[in-house]
Amino acid sequence: MSAVVLNEVRKGFYLDSVALMRLSRSIAEMAEVEEAALMMGTPANRQIMAEAGLLVEAGCTAGGGDLVIGIRAATAAVAEAALAEALAQLDRPAIRGGAVSAWRPRTLRSALTEMPDASLVLISVPGDFAAAEARKAIRRGLDAMIFSDNVSLADEAALKREAQALGRLVMGPDCGTAIIGGVPLAFANAVPRGAIGIVGASGTGMQEVSCLIARGGGGISHAIGVGGRDLKPEIGGISTLMAIDALDADPATRRIILISKPPQAEVAAVVLARLGRSAKPATVCFIGARPMAMPANATQAFTLKGAARAALGLAPEAPAPIPVGLAVPAGRRRILGLFAGGTLCAEAQVLLLQAGEPVRSNAPVPGAAREGRADGGHLLLDLGDDAFTRGRPHPMLDPSVRDTPLAEALADPQAAVVLLDMVIGYGAHADPAGHLARMLAAEPRSGGPAIIASVTGTEGDPQGLSAQIATLAEAGVTVAPTNADAAGWALRAIGAGTRR
Amino acid sequence: MKLIEDADAEALRRMLAGDPVLVDVIPAAEAIPELGEGMILHAGPPIGWERMCGPMRGAVAGIAVAEGWASDLGDAERQARAGAFAFHPNHHFGAVGPMTGLTTRGQPVMVVENRAFGNRAFCTVNEGLGKVMRFGGNDAEVLERLRWLRDDFGPALGRALRRMGGLPLKSLVARGLTMGDEMHQRNVACSGLTLRALAPALAETAAGTAALSRALAFIAGNDQFFLNIAMAMGKAITDPVRGISGSSVVTAMSRNGTEFGIRVSGTGDTWFTAPVEMPEGLYFPGFTAADANPDMGDSAIVETIGLGGFAMGAAPAVAGFVGAGAPSEAGSFTRRMGEITLARNPEWTIPAMDYLGVPTGIDIRRVVETGIAPTINTGIAHRKPGIGQVGAGVVRAPMACFTQALVAFADSVGVS
Repeated sequence: MSAVVLNEVRKGFYLDSVALMRLSRSIAEMAEVEEAALMMGTPANRQIMAEAGLLVEAGCTAGGGDLVIGIRAATAAVAEAALAEALAQLDRPAIRGGAVSAWRPRTLRSALTEMPDASLVLISVPGDFAAAEARKAIRRGLDAMIFSDNVSLADEAALKREAQALGRLVMGPDCGTAIIGGVPLAFANAVPRGAIGIVGASGTGMQEVSCLIARGGGGISHAIGVGGRDLKPEIGGISTLMAIDALDADPATRRIILISKPPQAEVAAVVLARLGRSAKPATVCFIGARPMAMPANATQAFTLKGAARAALGLAPEAPAPIPVGLAVPAGRRRILGLFAGGTLCAEAQVLLLQAGEPVRSNAPVPGAAREGRADGGHLLLDLGDDAFTRGRPHPMLDPSVRDTPLAEALADPQAAVVLLDMVIGYGAHADPAGHLARMLAAEPRSGGPAIIASVTGTEGDPQGLSAQIATLAEAGVTVAPTNADAAGWALRAIGAGTRR
Repeated sequence: MKLIEDADAEALRRMLAGDPVLVDVIPAAEAIPELGEGMILHAGPPIGWERMCGPMRGAVAGIAVAEGWASDLGDAERQARAGAFAFHPNHHFGAVGPMTGLTTRGQPVMVVENRAFGNRAFCTVNEGLGKVMRFGGNDAEVLERLRWLRDDFGPALGRALRRMGGLPLKSLVARGLTMGDEMHQRNVACSGLTLRALAPALAETAAGTAALSRALAFIAGNDQFFLNIAMAMGKAITDPVRGISGSSVVTAMSRNGTEFGIRVSGTGDTWFTAPVEMPEGLYFPGFTAADANPDMGDSAIVETIGLGGFAMGAAPAVAGFVGAGAPSEAGSFTRRMGEITLARNPEWTIPAMDYLGVPTGIDIRRVVETGIAPTINTGIAHRKPGIGQVGAGVVRAPMACFTQALVAFADSVGVS
């Protein structure tokens, strides 16, 4: 089996040896080429080529300043084609210089070298390492927002105590939403800056309230997330209290909203006492809590919509008028809610309970029952719960998490209303309404339950509030102005309060 | 923590204060008096004949013949198996050697003196590319070249250096960095600068025009001539950094073709070893990754002082050795190494990176904390003895060396 060896010498043509080695490899990898090399014709290189069976007489004339191309292939045609390709690659100048890649620091230490005046660090690493990274941050004088979850309660408590001693704020763990000085962090919406400061242990609750304030003409000074467990007795509201301190001292903040699940009484007492020492008016929304004694400067709100209206100085309004033609299948009155936002799910539960409708949930508010076997009653699910997101992204990132439960809900023979939320903004899926519309287009809908949804977002969000609403409406979804209104419409559609 | 901070500050001070000067070329037996008959110094942490890789065995056979200890290669191998030779790491005797790195009494060694501390370090003369002993080559041509280096070239280079009063290296390396060298895979500029500086003194002291011509042609024909000088410089700079109690700075990284070993200032002369990794790179025509020997050589001493893979940003072309690495991304390698080092060298800087200093002083704590292993630029030897270099590429230091070292270091400072 004799091979064909071709040489060509380019007199006085220089190319860097590493570039030539990479070019050699690409030619040698061509189909049916046995071996190929492009080298400067120094004696040492010519010897290497000779030993590789790549040098014939033509190549022996090359000097150190000449480029030698050697090709060995089974047939002359293949060798000639490879030689032609090698020559073509040599003569094809790079027309596009490589983009100088922006260096991404790999450690907090080198990030601070690049940005020495940074004052806050957002930490999103596997939970086992999050507390250690946060310690590095607070010891360097930085406030820390911890997006990571799976940090132990003991680690959170120790970290927050150390931060408190250092005068640093720890937002989180599991803090998904913040707006600091107008800068949205993680999941947040495009809202104008203004006079209302928010402290929240709930991400979607802060998003809904800040969006409703923006739509009502108000603005946000800062929205400070503290993590869902900050008001547990083990933590004692350390970050909540520090965040209230910060907003109290901030001249741009003239009103404070506090959003959380209902804390235990002793923690609530401490936090309410701190709010009471502020000269600024406050609104407290412990979603699901019963009426509580409030400090003189504070009012209690029972829904997110109520909190936003109170902060804007507006009286509670009558529910938005129910759209003409919203009808549910005769004889059905079951409401099935599928929520991406945990606090939006809680708000809907509160409204159903207020209307005297028993409700079950995988994340029940006080008065609701823990999800049990299907019995035909109202069921509101938080799809951000671990049971739905284990090994999958959160439904705010990946709306397909809702597809299967939604198909089941639409097929439920007792379902009167399917209640949904759409959370948009920075960090969220690029087009959750479009995803839902495509999914609904594939479902048989005739005679099925009504679909009522609301969109948490603003016109300035990347997805655009009105564009999302239009997409939903086109898909046959009834769109309510707020999450609370969506729940209210669902109740009126089934005639809640008028018959049992 | 204060103890470690202070110790590391002292380690850095010593490393950056080093003033290396190439002063002489002398027989190894003169440089290292302990180097007796039958004693062979090798690259990397300690290893005996049984565990040596192919190329190192090939080099042992070749050097035994060259030293006159064996009649031929077969005889040399029989003697080696029978335990006739004593093997020790170069690092234990102030020496370093590239690839197999063998040093024996008859070879000429270049002497680099660290004038800030008065210590000296040694490295053999680079033999050139192709079939050479450092890659396990041992045929007649290889052995003839070794004899010429011993009898003609080494003494001539020594005379010239003594006439010059030595060649200061710190500023020469600084210029080389501005000219595209990283001093491990690429030494074109520094080899040229060295030749330029040496030529007048070589001419003055030469035995004749024929000898002078061959000496000049030898240096001019070897783009890696400066590598061995850079290595002796690295050893001369790092030796005074050894043995600072409480310092977590790496003082040596080295490979024997079987194991990778590191030494850390605060843990003295202990080697922390792990199986050596395979380099990733490009191959000469006729060879593939299947022919490659695992990583080898004392040359990673240049990375230990912030050159080689740490100075990739100065030598963008070299970045092309790594997978699909684009030359425009060379700076990222240098910046990544900045994550595991304590300082930037103020005198060795990289123009294309806005004169960023090369990252200096590898801290084992940062290596373990970040999971970023030192990047080492390296040549690749054939796995069989006697064939030589088959490619060049990049290799990572095994993380296990650093985790072991960190445990021992913690123990040394009373943390458990």
